[in-house]
Amino acid sequence: MWVYEKKLQYPVRVSTCNPMLAKYLVEQYGGADGELSAALRYLNQRYTIPDKVIGLLTDIGTEEFAHLEMIATMVFKLTKDATPEQMKAAGLDAHYVNHDNALYYENAGGVPWTATYIQAKGDPIADLYEDIAAEEKARATYQWIINMSDDTDLNDSLRFLREREIIHSQRFREAVEILKGEKEKKKFF
Amino acid sequence: MSTPEKSYYPYYSPYDPCKPIKVKTYSTPPNLYLGFQPPNLPQFSPKEALRAGTLWKPLYDPYYSPYEKAKEGR
Ligand SMILES: [Fe+2]
Repeated sequence: MWVYEKKLQYPVRVSTCNPMLAKYLVEQYGGADGELSAALRYLNQRYTIPDKVIGLLTDIGTEEFAHLEMIATMVFKLTKDATPEQMKAAGLDAHYVNHDNALYYENAGGVPWTATYIQAKGDPIADLYEDIAAEEKARATYQWIINMSDDTDLNDSLRFLREREIIHSQRFREAVEILKGEKEKKKFF
Repeated sequence: MSTPEKSYYPYYSPYDPCKPIKVKTYSTPPNLYLGFQPPNLPQFSPKEALRAGTLWKPLYDPYYSPYEKAKEGR
């Protein structure tokens, strides 16, 4: 069960009307290493992983939905009043004819989200290594979006999201350490 | 403390069509070095932590684009 707080995890401010940025950001909305993939991947893996790290997957999977909501807010703000002409100029004409200005789970190239982006191998180490890789890929995606964006307010929020990927990767790495730990060398903090 | 960025010098040919990027860089954030987080690491204040995205100073690694760096003379 979840408890919803009606606020964003970090403020989202957008300083320019720039639907082109929305096109890039959508990669983190419905892309392979985006927030939707992350949330669904972690929450689904919880059922077949040792008890010790289930809570971590719940926490991070839940937080990914908070990130998804931030990305959605960014995309919405950048496109909500964009005219068909502006959508076309931003390369969103194909999106527009299918969705108007609605949000959709697709990547920056317009490819719809697919469950093949995520895996549940049932092997705890394999799954956690996928999660670590997913976090590093999301971190890299945020870097490339920041490089493409000259919106300083937006970049501030993107920097926050990138930092969270670093923390998530750190925690998944620790989860591997816990699961591979030899019993006699057990350490508690 | 680790450095958050590394660089390398890829080969380029005098016949390459685009102006060569002689130095390539990539991020190496602190999580790659920390291992299992030890106790009692320095913390941000709660307010600072909410802005930074982490409570832990050694795990803070803000990323700025080349554009932002040039603008602020970083
Ligand atoms: Fe994440």
